[in-house]
Amino acid sequence: MPKPLSLHVPEPAVRPGGVPDFSGVHIAPAGAVDRPPVDVDPGEIRDMAFSVIRVLNREGEAVGPWAGSLSDEQLIEGLRHMLLLRALDARMVIAQRQGKTSFYIQHLGEEAVSTAFRKVLEKGDMNFATYRQAGLLIADDYPLETMINQIYANSEDPLKGRQLPTLYSSREQGFFTLSGNLATQFPQAVGWAMASAIKGETNIAAGWIGDGSTAESDFHAALVFASTFRAPVVLNVVNNQWAISTFQGIARGGVGTFAARGLGYGIPSLRVDGNDYLAVHAVGLWAAKRARQNLGPTLIEYVTYRAGAHSTSDDPSAYRPKEESAAWPLGDPVIRLKAHLITRGVWSEDRHIQLEAEMRDTVITAQKAAEANGTMHSANRPSARDMFEGVYAEMPPHLRRQRQETGV
Amino acid sequence: MIQAIRDGMDVAMGEDDTVVVYGEDVGYFGGVFRATQGLQEKYGRDRCFDAPISESGIVGTAIGMAANGMRPCVEIQFADYMYPAYDQITQEAARIRYRSNGDFTCPMVIRMPTGGGIFGGQTHSQSPEALFTHVAGLKVVVPCNPYDAKGLLIAAIEDPDPVIFLEPKRLYNGPFDGHYDRPVTGWGKHPDGEVPEGHYTVPLAQAKIKREGIDVTVLAYGTMVHVALAAAEDTGIDAEVIDLRTLLPYDLDTITASVRKTGRCIVVHEATLTSGFGAELAALVAEHCFYHLEAPVRRVAGWDTPYPHAQEWDYFPGPARVGAALTQTMEA
Repeated sequence: MPKPLSLHVPEPAVRPGGVPDFSGVHIAPAGAVDRPPVDVDPGEIRDMAFSVIRVLNREGEAVGPWAGSLSDEQLIEGLRHMLLLRALDARMVIAQRQGKTSFYIQHLGEEAVSTAFRKVLEKGDMNFATYRQAGLLIADDYPLETMINQIYANSEDPLKGRQLPTLYSSREQGFFTLSGNLATQFPQAVGWAMASAIKGETNIAAGWIGDGSTAESDFHAALVFASTFRAPVVLNVVNNQWAISTFQGIARGGVGTFAARGLGYGIPSLRVDGNDYLAVHAVGLWAAKRARQNLGPTLIEYVTYRAGAHSTSDDPSAYRPKEESAAWPLGDPVIRLKAHLITRGVWSEDRHIQLEAEMRDTVITAQKAAEANGTMHSANRPSARDMFEGVYAEMPPHLRRQRQETGV
Repeated sequence: MIQAIRDGMDVAMGEDDTVVVYGEDVGYFGGVFRATQGLQEKYGRDRCFDAPISESGIVGTAIGMAANGMRPCVEIQFADYMYPAYDQITQEAARIRYRSNGDFTCPMVIRMPTGGGIFGGQTHSQSPEALFTHVAGLKVVVPCNPYDAKGLLIAAIEDPDPVIFLEPKRLYNGPFDGHYDRPVTGWGKHPDGEVPEGHYTVPLAQAKIKREGIDVTVLAYGTMVHVALAAAEDTGIDAEVIDLRTLLPYDLDTITASVRKTGRCIVVHEATLTSGFGAELAALVAEHCFYHLEAPVRRVAGWDTPYPHAQEWDYFPGPARVGAALTQTMEA
C-alpha cells in the first residue's frame, strides 16, 4: 500500500505564550551588498532578491556602497517626518477609541518605508499606495488638518464622507485614490507608467502592495505587464511579516523571499532593510533612476515588521507573542535614524525629545482645527446630498429621483 | 457591424492621441473578430497592441492610463472572459470618480463581444449585462446595428466615465432575427447598415423606437431587437419595439411613454431570466405604468441554465417564444 498523502499547512515559528524566534530571518550585515549600476543586466543581480541591503550598522554608522544619498538636513527632515507620522497615528488611535472616527490604520514600525521613498520621487510622479503608506503624504507636506478632516469625515472632508478613514486621495501630492481592497492598485500603477511612456513624458509611477496581497492575481498581472512593456514603474512590496493574523509564510510559498517573485519576470528585484531610512532611500533612488532612464521596472521588497495592530479592529496578541516586535532583529526605524544622527554629531537626546514634543503639538493643533469642523458622529458631517454626487460626471435621472426620495 | 466598430475606434484614435486600444490578439492580428484590424499599422504599436492574457491586467492598467490623462478603449476577447477583471471594473473603474470626489476620473471603454448564436458554448456565449447594470458608476451600452455601434462607440470613448460596451457577436455580420434556419443576410441591404464616414455620435442613455405600434410594447436590446421585430412580423401583432441601446443609465421616459400608450409590455433578453436586467425593466414598468397596464408584464429570456452548446436553439429566446409571449399578452 502506498503511504497516504498529507497536506502541508505552514505555521509561524511561535504563537502567543511562546518565545519570539527570528532565527529563520537571515540578515546580511550593513554594507555587505554591492551597488550595481542602474543599467545592470537583471540576470547578473539575481542574488539580490535573497539578500538584504542595509546601510546603518549596529553602531549607528552608515556604511557600504549604498550610503551617502542624503545630507544631514535631509536626514533630520526624515526623522521629523517619521515622528510626525508616529504622533499622528498615536493621536488617531486614541481618537478612534473616543468615537471621533470609526476606524484607523497605523504605521508603527514601518514609518521609514513610505517617508523615505517619497523623497526619491519628483513632482508629477504618482503613487498607487496601500493604506499603510500615509508617510508618502506626510513627507510631501500634505496638510495634517486635511488628513484628519478625512479621518473624521467632517464637513471639510475632501472626500465628502464617502471613503473609509485613511483612504486618502491627492493628485496634487502624487497619491492615487486609495481603494481599500487589495492589490488592484498594482496593475493600475503599471498602466499609469505605461501612459507616461506612450505620451513621451518623464514622470514615473510607484506601486505598493503588502506581503500577503502578493498572492492576489493582480500582483502577477502587474508584473507581467510591467515586464512586457518595460513600464517606468517601481513596484514596492512591503513585507511587514503579518497579513492581519496570517503570517507571511502562507502567502510566500516555498521560494523564500517576496523579491524572488520578480525574477521569473526578468525584473531586477532587490530586498532592503525597511527599518533603515538611509537604505530605503538609496534603493528607492536606484529604482526610480532606472525607471527615469527608460530601463523599466524594479521590484523592491522592504523587510520590516508591523509593530502595531493591523487596524483599530485588530488585536495582535491573539495570534503572536506580545514581545515579538521588541525582538524583531531590524529594530525600530526612528530609534535607528536617531542613533545615526547622534553618531554623525548633528543630533542629541535633548533635541530628539524636543522634536517629539513639537510633532505631538503639531498634531494636536491640527486635530483641534479639524475637530472644529466636526467628527464622525457630530452634526456637521457631509450631507446625504453629497452621497449622490460624483457617481457620474453628470447625475443621471434615476439617481436624481432617488435623491429626491430622500428629501435632499 | 464589425467594420462600423473598427471605424469608430479609427475615428476616435485619429482625432484624439490619448485614445489607445489594446487587448488579447488586438495588435498585429487585429482581434479574433477583426475589430481592430489595421489600427496598429495606422497608429503605431504604442497606440494599438497585444496584451498579455490577463483581463484584470488589461482593465487595471487601463484604469491607471485613464488616471494619467488617456482614454483607453480595451477589448475583452469574449464577455465570458471578463470575470478576472470584475474586481477592477466594479470596485475600481466604477468608483474612481466617486471615492476621490473627482480628484481622479476613469474615462475608458471596455468592449466585449457578447451573446450566443455562434455555437460558442458556455464560455463564448454569455450576456453578463446585469452584472454591470447592478454597479453604480458604470454605463452599459449594447448596440444592435452598425450605425448605432459606431455612433455609440465614439460617444462612449468621449464619455467622462467608464462604459461597458457589449457587442452582440451574432450581429457582427448581419441583422440576425433568430430564424437560424433561414439564409444568413448581411448588413448591406439593411437601413441601419449604412454608416456615415467620419465623426458622429449616437448619444448614450437614449432608447430608440424601432417599430411603432399600438398593441404592446417590447423592450429589447442587442440581438433581441431583431428577434422582436421578426416576432411582430410573424404574429401580425402591432408591437412597438424599443431598442434600449443604453441599459445604464436607462431611458425611462421613452419606456413609460410607450407602455402608457399600449397598456401592455414584454421584456426580452438573451441573458438568463432570474435577476436579469429584464427584472429591473419589469419592476420599472410596474412602478411607473401600473395603472395603464392591461396585462401582466411578461419576460422572455434565456433559460436559467449555463449556455449549452448543442442545444443552442433550444436555449435562445427566438421569434417563436417571443411571438408566443406577444400572443399571450394580447389575450390576457
